[in-house]
Amino acid sequence: MNSQQQQTNQNVARTVRRTLVALLLMVGFTLALIPLYDVFCEVTGLNGKTADTAQVVGGQSVDTSRRIEVQFVTRTSPGLPWQLEAEKKTVWVHPGEVTLARFTFSNTGTERNSGRAVPSISPSEGARHFRKMECFCFQEQWLEAGEQSEMPLVFQVDPGLPQGVNKLTLAYTLYPQGQVIGGAL
Amino acid sequence: MVPETLTDTAAGEAAAVHGDDHHQPRGILRWLLTTNHKEIGTLYMLLSLLMFFVGGTMALIVRAELFQPGMTFVVPEFFNQMTTMHGLIMVFGAIMPAFVGLANWLIPVQIGAPDMALPRLNNFSFWLLPVAFTILLSTLFMEGGGPNFGWTFYAPLSTTYAPPSTSFFILGMHLAGISSILGAINIIATILNLRTPKMRLMDMPLFVWTWLITAFLLIAVMPVLAGVITMMLLDINFGTSFFNAAGGGDPVLFQHLFWFFGHPEVYIMILPAFGIISAIVPTFARKRLFGYASMVYATASIALLSFVVWAHHMFTVGLPLTAQLFFMYSTMLIAVPTGVKVFNWIATLFRGSITFDLPMLFALAFIVQFTIGGLSGVMLAIAPADFQYHDTYFVVAHFHYVLVPGAVFAILAAAYYWLPKWTGVYPNVKLGQAHFWLSVIGVNLTFFPMHFSGLAGMPRRIPDYALQFADFNMLSSIGGFLFGISQLLFVAVVILCIRRKGEKAPPQAWEGAEGLEWQLPSPAPLHTFDTPPEFIPERDSPSRH
Repeated sequence: MNSQQQQTNQNVARTVRRTLVALLLMVGFTLALIPLYDVFCEVTGLNGKTADTAQVVGGQSVDTSRRIEVQFVTRTSPGLPWQLEAEKKTVWVHPGEVTLARFTFSNTGTERNSGRAVPSISPSEGARHFRKMECFCFQEQWLEAGEQSEMPLVFQVDPGLPQGVNKLTLAYTLYPQGQVIGGAL
Repeated sequence: MVPETLTDTAAGEAAAVHGDDHHQPRGILRWLLTTNHKEIGTLYMLLSLLMFFVGGTMALIVRAELFQPGMTFVVPEFFNQMTTMHGLIMVFGAIMPAFVGLANWLIPVQIGAPDMALPRLNNFSFWLLPVAFTILLSTLFMEGGGPNFGWTFYAPLSTTYAPPSTSFFILGMHLAGISSILGAINIIATILNLRTPKMRLMDMPLFVWTWLITAFLLIAVMPVLAGVITMMLLDINFGTSFFNAAGGGDPVLFQHLFWFFGHPEVYIMILPAFGIISAIVPTFARKRLFGYASMVYATASIALLSFVVWAHHMFTVGLPLTAQLFFMYSTMLIAVPTGVKVFNWIATLFRGSITFDLPMLFALAFIVQFTIGGLSGVMLAIAPADFQYHDTYFVVAHFHYVLVPGAVFAILAAAYYWLPKWTGVYPNVKLGQAHFWLSVIGVNLTFFPMHFSGLAGMPRRIPDYALQFADFNMLSSIGGFLFGISQLLFVAVVILCIRRKGEKAPPQAWEGAEGLEWQLPSPAPLHTFDTPPEFIPERDSPSRH
């Protein structure tokens, strides 16, 4: 093997090492995207997710000049013989006002089991400005066969809600507890 | 003239150049163990041709079902598996391996290298693919059927609601992805280190340039695909909730990750085609390629922009206005470097001495048809309009125009252009022309009416449709069968060439062809450029004034 070939081989090895480093960086970048996405969404509320623990009442005064329509939408994912009903489909609130809404869970099946309601706000610009003091969505529910249970939601729309948003839709999806495993990594 | 050492013996009987392998394995072992870039390139292209027919058969099953409204031919579950597998097989099994095969054959002979930089890795990259596609196709025979969630395999369709065979699908995709990554490393190492002395990067033929950039795209996005399918695997089998809303995950995250891979992926399937067209058009216009440097920079710009446009596939998921505007403008920006390329080809043709040989026919059809696909892409980029077009046949028309009359035509053009170099005989002109005209008519009859059915509101991925779409669908189905069956003519052309039936080709098979590969005898011997050739800047190289 002459020196020129040796030189070429060394160069090839160096290129391969560099491409492997680039490859590993991209693997790392992919893994980093998961937490980054969560943080990004938490900061911006872009995925419509609200905070998953109770928040304190914001001290802002009630802005009576604006009225916001809050709609409640509920659905149950397949595999859970439950129903979730909002007492009122729509409420009108002023930003800053603390409001109570009632929801009824009913187990129409024949077995005791558990489920959890997962909330989502649209438009997503509203997610950061929808504050929940109390919500059944913070923990799982257990219902006996045929049992009905009324649960409260206490919420406040932050006066910081962008001016263009006059309507918020809060969608709850009921999942069987078997499908709900921890949080995302 | 051709140096003495290059007039080697024909393929398979080549004198072993390396001291230690005097006994070349014969028969099947020869192909299993080969480390020769030409043989591996041939294997890639033959696999691609086979997969083209497998995926094409699936497309014809889809078109047969859609020939008339109503459930006429297959059950919906099987229909979904056919649309999904058609997409997966065509993208990962037909188009990508065809380009990798062309890269294997052509890059070493175009830059004056004796072989790829990592020949054994090359063998491994290829043989991963038959395994990958055997696994993928075997899912069709498993309980619950094969993948049925579309080639984009959106979660939770591909996780919570997926058939049990999905883990095999993931394994198959992992193997195909590893193969692509290893192939890309090999191509980068070859291009950066094995160019003949004095050949600068800016002297390389554009096919080599486009592949260098494509290889970097592969290195950048294949790990993202691997990550996504691994998360799917964990969600399905290990109870994680990356994409499961019930567990705090987010299905939209899947789409972001998928399209962060997916959009560069669609450019992986078109950039080498640009290189092919940039080789063929100057040859048959007998003119220097217009704007070599701008071609290189346009390719690089397209590659870079491909990383910041992914969410234009997801305008309807509920993106905030600023994000929609950003992705709309960045997507439209891609039309600029792409336009530069199209105008450069047209400028090359301008006042050239054009002959309409077989490769040129396909290349010209590529330019026209790819531009149609590009224009419908600009329409789809308009976020407010996209809400109307999203998930309709308009999208199907768009991406088929860039992939079939685009990428596939470029691959066919490349095959007709380099077959004399590979086999030593010219492709049969009569058969080739019949193939070309039937393909052009068939492909446009298939995909052009889809624009109209899509604009009228026909959704994609449905086995049945409203009566108002019946005429357009019947046209598309007739076109589909015409296109599909006329590809058998191409097989006939290739078989005739392999059996050396036809006019013998000289080293420079086409009058206007320039570049190192045309200094080699036709067919090119198994081992070439064992000593680096003298570099003479060819016509398109900026070094030549």
